[in-house]
Amino acid sequence: MNAEVRPIRTAAEQALAADYQSAKKRLPGGPAFARLREQALAAFVEGGLPHRRIEEWKYTDLRTLLREAAPLADPPDKATFARAKKFDPLPGVDVRRVTLINGSFVGELSDLVQPEAGLTILPLSRALAEGHALASRIGRLLPPYYDATLALNTAFVADGIVIGLAAGSKLARPIHVRHLFTGAAAAAAYARTLVVVGEGAIATVIESFEGPDGVAYQANTTAEMQLGDKAWLEYVRVQAEGDAAIHLATVLADIGAQAKLHTCSLTVGAAVSRQSVFLRCTGAGSETRLSGATLLRRKQHADTTLYVDHMTQGCSSREMFKSALDDESRGVFQGKIVVRPGAQKTDAKMMSAALLLGDAAEADNKPELEIYADDVVCGHGATAGALDENLLFYLRARGIPRKEAEALLIRAFIGEAMEAVPHEALREALLARAADWLAAREHAA
Amino acid sequence: MNLLEIKNLHADVGGKEILQGLDLTVKAGEVHAIMGPNGSGKSTLSYVLAGKPGYEVTQGSVRYEGKDLLELAPDERAAKGIFLAFQYPLEIPGVATMTFLRTALNAQKKRRGEAELSTPEFLRLVREKAGGLGIDQDMLKRAVNVGFSGGEKKRNEILQMALLEPKLCVLDETDSGLDIDALKIVAEGVNKLRSKERAIIVITHYQRLLNHIVPDIVHVMAKGKIVRSGGPELAQELEACGYAALETEAA
Ligand SMILES: Nc1ncnc2c1ncn2[C@@H]1O[C@H](COP(=O)(O)OP(=O)(O)O)[C@@H](O)[C@H]1O
Ligand SMILES: [Mg+2]
Repeated sequence: MNAEVRPIRTAAEQALAADYQSAKKRLPGGPAFARLREQALAAFVEGGLPHRRIEEWKYTDLRTLLREAAPLADPPDKATFARAKKFDPLPGVDVRRVTLINGSFVGELSDLVQPEAGLTILPLSRALAEGHALASRIGRLLPPYYDATLALNTAFVADGIVIGLAAGSKLARPIHVRHLFTGAAAAAAYARTLVVVGEGAIATVIESFEGPDGVAYQANTTAEMQLGDKAWLEYVRVQAEGDAAIHLATVLADIGAQAKLHTCSLTVGAAVSRQSVFLRCTGAGSETRLSGATLLRRKQHADTTLYVDHMTQGCSSREMFKSALDDESRGVFQGKIVVRPGAQKTDAKMMSAALLLGDAAEADNKPELEIYADDVVCGHGATAGALDENLLFYLRARGIPRKEAEALLIRAFIGEAMEAVPHEALREALLARAADWLAAREHAA
Repeated sequence: MNLLEIKNLHADVGGKEILQGLDLTVKAGEVHAIMGPNGSGKSTLSYVLAGKPGYEVTQGSVRYEGKDLLELAPDERAAKGIFLAFQYPLEIPGVATMTFLRTALNAQKKRRGEAELSTPEFLRLVREKAGGLGIDQDMLKRAVNVGFSGGEKKRNEILQMALLEPKLCVLDETDSGLDIDALKIVAEGVNKLRSKERAIIVITHYQRLLNHIVPDIVHVMAKGKIVRSGGPELAQELEACGYAALETEAA
């Protein structure tokens, strides 16, 4: 017997393992992917759900937060399609739209026709079932340590979207992957997005996540991005899940030489959310820009945890994460930058700032640098504080009511995190979503 | 009717009594100058009038248009026509000057039940007012006061005042840090606003500004009180003799 093996302890952990055993025959994929699933489940059985004594999950004790494993979500029924059709989380942005409901690809609500030259786009279930060339790239990227949410995603994922862009090609318009949850009962949905950007190819990919308020559904999502040399990917995610949801996301990327990865996340939804981002700068001279804005109210909890691995020389990375925390909400930011031996001329700067709007709001910031090379420029900064009373007074002395003055200052504060999105309509749509949040705050008594 | 009537005003800041029984009456159409040495409480008075949190009135009354001013929030006071040009205008990163001006103007109009301006109407109005103050479009696009020179900040205050058309303007050392050309531009901007319906209180340390904005009444403030009032000649007397003589007089 192996004494290292930790027995499964919680009901949720046991239920998840049991669910897998009954679901696995229905899950798509050939023998190779089935093996990946088995390995992932074995890792989960051994590692379990993370809790506060696990450093990377210190502030988000998933074992406590995920008391029950919801049953796997049913595929969406046609009755919900009409409602989903009207639903546009980013109005005014001309996109190629892909819709996933409860983790399943919905052809009726997706536009895969006439892909531009160089674009391959197909449902993940089909890619796995058919053994498509891109299917072999799913599950290739792994974090530096065991991650329960990713393991569960690999074990359970049934669908999603696979996007491949051939070398030198360029997307004519952004691809928007809409993740919707429908239904009135708690259920778990797993989805995965694979984006492979060939050498020198250029793409913008958006993912949005939404669902009904008051339903304790569990959305587990993974985005895997592989950037070839000189590729350029703009990746935007909008997490606006329903207010009782648990949203667990893993974003993984390998960044080739002289490639550019720019990401921007807007987090407004879910009761509990976590985005774990694992980036590896595998080729020299790449440029990574990560930014995010988190807007929370009531008892919402949102965790952003980054791991940026400078594996080779001459790469730059910039991280800027802003959060505005109202009421009793809690925002967590953990960022780790690793500079490996030989990754000379690394230029890494990480910044996180929290605005505490509620008296009982809490911000946890943990930046970390781990540097094994000597010729590098690295730095980080973290701030947390309330709105500047003097600025508020200045605005009010000009006739702007307090709540509106606060909204102006909050918008200015978080706007910085969205400024860098180059696609104008998309940037405006993101700012509009943030403005919705501010308007709701202004009108709440 | 008096536009502003301050009686026996006492106010604390940080637990210390700064205003110690100040009386001042201002009628519409008048321009008053308040002069006084540093630390005499001039800025404190302006903040009390604007309603800055932390400035606690412990005694006395302030009536504006016949009503108690002190019970109003700062933004309500502004909508009712009180404007303070700050001695040290604040920088607001991330908020474009244009957005700031428009939000302020529309918020005041909304509170007064007036129609908000359309975008073209607003732009025309700003361009007209800004032109006279030598404020260009580029400045209006930049974040409020961020990277502005001292003179630009003061001109921006006057622009806000011109746009908002207040009834009672309080200018706190608007002349400090200005060279003579900038001073003239600012004074001209203020003079344009002189009217029968409007009162202006010019707070200054130096007589210089009063050559350009000629007041009807000059007050001297010392140790949190008005210690002397008179005509414009009082400003000249102060320039000649200094504040020291006055302070001994007040004591
Ligand atoms: N926030 C504060 N806390 C404590 N004392 C203050 C504060 N602000 C001003 N004071 C004091 O109040 C007095 C008057 O200041 P102020 O009104 O700025 O004078 P003036 O504008 O005439 O130079 C000074 O002694 C100053 O030190
Ligand atoms: Mg002063």
